[in-house]
Amino acid sequence: MSDSDLTATINVTRPITAGRMLPMTDTSALTGAETTEPTEHPVVFDVDDLSVYYGSHLAVRNVDMQIRQHEITAFIGPSGCGKTTALRCFNRMNDLIEIARVEGKVRYHGVDLYDPKVNPVEVRRRIGMVFQKPNPFPKSIYDNVAYGPRIAGQKKGLDDVVEQSLRRAAIWDEVKDRLKSSALGLSGGQQQRLCIARAVACNPEVILMDEPCSALDPIATTRIEDLMKELASDYTIVIVTHNMQQAARVSDRTAFFVTEVNETSDNRTGLLVEFDYTDKMFSNPSDERTENYITGRFG
Amino acid sequence: MSNLTVDDLRGDAGRQRTEKVVHVVLWLAGIFSVLISAAIVLSLFREAWTFVSQVDWSTVIGPDAEGWFPRRGQYGVMTLIVGSLVVTVIAMVIAVPTGLATAIYLSEYAPPKVRRVLKPAIEVLAGIPSVVIGFFALTFIAPEIIQNVWSASPQQTLMAAGVGVGVMIIPIVASISEDAMASVPNALREASYGMGARKITTVVRVVLPAAVSGLIAALIIAVSRAMGETMVVFIAAGSAGGSLFNTNPLEPGLTMTAAMASLAAGTDAVVGEGLTFQSLFFVGLVLFTITMTLNLIADRFVRRVRQKY
Amino acid sequence: MALTTPLKVAQTTTRDRVHKELTGTSRDWSGLAFKYGLLGAVLFALLILVVLIGSQIALGGSVLTTRFGDFITGTLQSIPGTSGIHQGLRGTFWIGVFTVTFAFPLGIAAAIYLEEYAPRSRLTNFIDINIRNLAGVPSIVYGILGFTIFVEALGGTTGGRSVIAAGLTLAVLVLPIVIITAAEAIRAVPDGLREGGYGVGANRWEVVRTQVLPYAAPGILTGTVLSLARALGEAAPLILVGAVTNRLGSNPAVLDVSSLQERFTAMPMVISSWAGMPQEGFRKDTAAAIIVLLVIVLIANAAAVLLRNKFEKKR
Repeated sequence: MSDSDLTATINVTRPITAGRMLPMTDTSALTGAETTEPTEHPVVFDVDDLSVYYGSHLAVRNVDMQIRQHEITAFIGPSGCGKTTALRCFNRMNDLIEIARVEGKVRYHGVDLYDPKVNPVEVRRRIGMVFQKPNPFPKSIYDNVAYGPRIAGQKKGLDDVVEQSLRRAAIWDEVKDRLKSSALGLSGGQQQRLCIARAVACNPEVILMDEPCSALDPIATTRIEDLMKELASDYTIVIVTHNMQQAARVSDRTAFFVTEVNETSDNRTGLLVEFDYTDKMFSNPSDERTENYITGRFG
Repeated sequence: MSNLTVDDLRGDAGRQRTEKVVHVVLWLAGIFSVLISAAIVLSLFREAWTFVSQVDWSTVIGPDAEGWFPRRGQYGVMTLIVGSLVVTVIAMVIAVPTGLATAIYLSEYAPPKVRRVLKPAIEVLAGIPSVVIGFFALTFIAPEIIQNVWSASPQQTLMAAGVGVGVMIIPIVASISEDAMASVPNALREASYGMGARKITTVVRVVLPAAVSGLIAALIIAVSRAMGETMVVFIAAGSAGGSLFNTNPLEPGLTMTAAMASLAAGTDAVVGEGLTFQSLFFVGLVLFTITMTLNLIADRFVRRVRQKY
Repeated sequence: MALTTPLKVAQTTTRDRVHKELTGTSRDWSGLAFKYGLLGAVLFALLILVVLIGSQIALGGSVLTTRFGDFITGTLQSIPGTSGIHQGLRGTFWIGVFTVTFAFPLGIAAAIYLEEYAPRSRLTNFIDINIRNLAGVPSIVYGILGFTIFVEALGGTTGGRSVIAAGLTLAVLVLPIVIITAAEAIRAVPDGLREGGYGVGANRWEVVRTQVLPYAAPGILTGTVLSLARALGEAAPLILVGAVTNRLGSNPAVLDVSSLQERFTAMPMVISSWAGMPQEGFRKDTAAAIIVLLVIVLIANAAAVLLRNKFEKKR
């Protein structure tokens, strides 16, 4: 049983960090033998040398990482270091910015997302997004959640989809009696959970979250963090957060970005410094910059 | 310990005097607009009141009021209101689809370079004086278009005037609608795209519904402008001397505005028997009331847009 | 080998399935149709503009090319082909002068008051609504106002049905628009500028004079020039104020100040009355007059837009 035969599944050319065992899938079904290595979730996103330009300005460069199914992966780092830019590559939201240009590869289940034949609309049906500031439509709660299914062509069974999505987002009990009332009447925390329900209703595989709690109070934040952990069993979650304690609380793996400043041009470019299991990164980071950030020496 | 007293912090008397004078002058300027409104209402009311109190109402409203022939004592005001409505409806049929489509295109679809050319072009259309449009309606729209389609119609018709007024108000519909759509936050568009919606879906299901208050305001303001438009109708719709009650757009006709202009035009300003002079003010009052009501309603809708975002 | 193939096959199957799903959809026909339908409407509007201007040039261009000098200096006649627009140009000139002199300072002052001085009170709110209403009042109603106030009530000073009355009437007509556009320009001035001024001990007028107005000047200027263009194109108020429609005896020089109280005419009025003339020959003269008026109005519009762009770039 050689590892090379399994390269389609595992990318072994990119070791995660020193001091950890090489990941393998559970091969017990095939060999019948007991394995003692830890089970790794399959790779969903394989990012290979990703760089993003806004016009001539290099916003983030040379990102290499793998996002795994049913895990919560957090992007942390000081502001302006390209976390959100990188995140938005996963669902081709950067397409909406005219001067944005993506180089490198973002593979989703092996398919290059930026292949010219790929339809970004289809990509976003499978990879949903929750934004920094809750952005419910000025419609009823029901219509907000039903929006995704409706535009996908679903006409029947919307009531069920709406209820399930609101339950999944842990907000059903609070709104079940006022589904027809305006979504704008909800509090900030409720609106954000509504946005999560809205994303869930599209039945995506992945949910991207761009600083979902930064506009919310601590209590609402805790509720959403709990929600994230529940959602991870059904979805793959990637979250950008400027709150590293949040990353420590919530995520399985963490990616730490920094900003490097070009001395001559004063341009700032984001850069992935370290990517590892969260508990490892926070207890024993490999890179000095990571350690400085985590211990608060800069931010 | 310093010897600072209140007097030290009093300030320079000269500067303060200037400040006070300026304040008063500016206040007067601000109040002046109220004066204008009062003057309008007064100008209208004085003579309109004479009309209202002295006229034989059967010539104004009711089955015997056959038309508007003010110099002969026929003051059928419904003729004028209906005339204005016919012109307005035709104008809206032209202006609303064109103006709204222009606004949607400029706001949601046009690349920046295209927008830089198209938007000023629409503004040029907005700057064309109404007399010019009126002449264009009479000499081009009527013969080339209307008489081509409906060959029996005369040159001066409500239809020609309506098309002309429609052309005039396209920029108004476009401009207010575009403002309404621009005020829809981008976050809503991102939310829609993020769920895998196409552009047309996002525009039709998210942006337009979110902008609906502003779009309604645009419509109402356009109606108000169409009703208040004078020169296009005066030149292109005919019936200067008077008109029977007429709803057929392919006939000449009179609107409130053109009737007022007809009364005033002529070598000796406003002359005629009985209440001819006062009838001008009466119609003016009716017109003013209608347009002001529409404007107030539209204002409510504009206010709603601002509140939302 | 055989043991590992199922897994590999399973993996590539996933990739193929995903690939198919992401690339398999057809072109967005309805979206494209919608987009090009919209563009069609825009081009339709522009087509109208082009045809309008083109038709006037085609109709009246010959008048300007063959007898430009006579046309500009000639007077209103009842025979086509001999008429000129000199009296119209004179009237339009003076209307412009009165509009600028009265509406601009008054309008800008009112805007400064409303944006910088007025407290948030019911009175201020009322003034606000009032101005917005005035902006929507039909121009012919302003004509009635002009007739009652400037022609009759103040007839002694204005001379009755004179260009002074017309100028004042149009100044009043565009005043609300001047106020609204100036107020918008002032509102757009960032608060930081004001705070900087107050912070060094300036009083309110000094802050306005030295910080707010210079910053808002391009926007104010654009708005006022556009208002001027509007005033020069209006005809309905002129009818009410008694502009002459057929022939006008006197033909003083444009800058002659002594005859401002006499009967007058202006370009929009000339166009309007010639448009109503039965003789076919007047069509060409009307179109020629329209071209002249359009040149004036479009130059004003273009100047406003250019000014706005130039100052916005500087910033």
